[in-house]
Amino acid sequence: MLLRYRGGEGMLAWAFHRIAGVAIWAFILLHVLDIWLVSVNPELYEEVLDIYASPIGRVGETLLGAALFYHALNGLRIIIMDFWPATTRYHKQLWYGVWVIFFIIGLPVAWQIMAPAFGMAQPFDFGL
Amino acid sequence: MQVELRILRYDPERDRRPHEESYRVEAGPMDRVLDLLHRVKYEQDGTLTFRRSCGHGICGSDAMLINGRNRLACKIRVDQLGGKRITVAPLPGLPVMKDLVVDMEAFFAKFRSVQPFLVNEGVAPVRERRQSAHDRERFDDTTKCILCAACTSSCPSFWAQPAYVGPAAIVNAHRFIFDTRDDAAEERLEILADKDGVWRCRTIFNCTDACPRGIHITQAILEVSRAIVERHA
Repeated sequence: MLLRYRGGEGMLAWAFHRIAGVAIWAFILLHVLDIWLVSVNPELYEEVLDIYASPIGRVGETLLGAALFYHALNGLRIIIMDFWPATTRYHKQLWYGVWVIFFIIGLPVAWQIMAPAFGMAQPFDFGL
Repeated sequence: MQVELRILRYDPERDRRPHEESYRVEAGPMDRVLDLLHRVKYEQDGTLTFRRSCGHGICGSDAMLINGRNRLACKIRVDQLGGKRITVAPLPGLPVMKDLVVDMEAFFAKFRSVQPFLVNEGVAPVRERRQSAHDRERFDDTTKCILCAACTSSCPSFWAQPAYVGPAAIVNAHRFIFDTRDDAAEERLEILADKDGVWRCRTIFNCTDACPRGIHITQAILEVSRAIVERHA
């Protein structure tokens, strides 16, 4: 039924929120495992970090960042509606606002993560 | 023009599971889906079963899943649906009795559970219980419900947990909780503070989109949630 029902923006916002939430949870499991390797097998931990820095690993990091950022922004949208129920009348506009902020901040961050995969310099130098 | 009407049919005495049947009917752009269903029933297949009563969007009998969304068959027109193929199925999440008829008993039991009537133990006035226009306005939106179940049966939280009291019951509780003439708001808020009460709402807005009366259902649910949180604050 979930796929058969043609819900609007509200249903899409919720579906993306859930998918992003599950993805973040999956990463947290992975992260617990890789941090655990520091104490039991430091060499393997270094290899895992190399995977994260590879082009495929960077795609994964970009998707993780997107999931985190969407979940956070849509979470704020939900909090606004919880505290001020009258704002539900503008829930679609709030969701469009989520995407505007998502892309304005997310695209440069994605480029920062992905640039090394294309052999290019990162746009922001944090002196790290 | 010719329209293809694809209807999800189910006869409990004959079919093991629901199946789609297709009918070609003559339709104008201003015809309603209810008109097309009548045309099928009267001219092609008299066994087609569906509920309808007033046929004018007031009784709430003919809510069904039309082109993937819950709508009243008597309010949605062919031109509003666009295209020449229309799919019709029973309301999702409710047990199908036959064809487009669903069992509404559990839905009405939840409606009754929130005490959808005025409770006032005070001395009854000689004439009406007076109320200012401002106080009446507070719950005006939720007086419009026709109990068609389009909202509750469009809610993914309800599909996942049928024990959820659902948007329609909360809307009807809202109508009395914020009525200054009523004395049972506290009891209703206690009922809706249950784990299967308002907290199962995930602000998905399918209910608000589905409501044929244009009630701002999600807003009403969140107002009741706030009232529950604030009652002891």
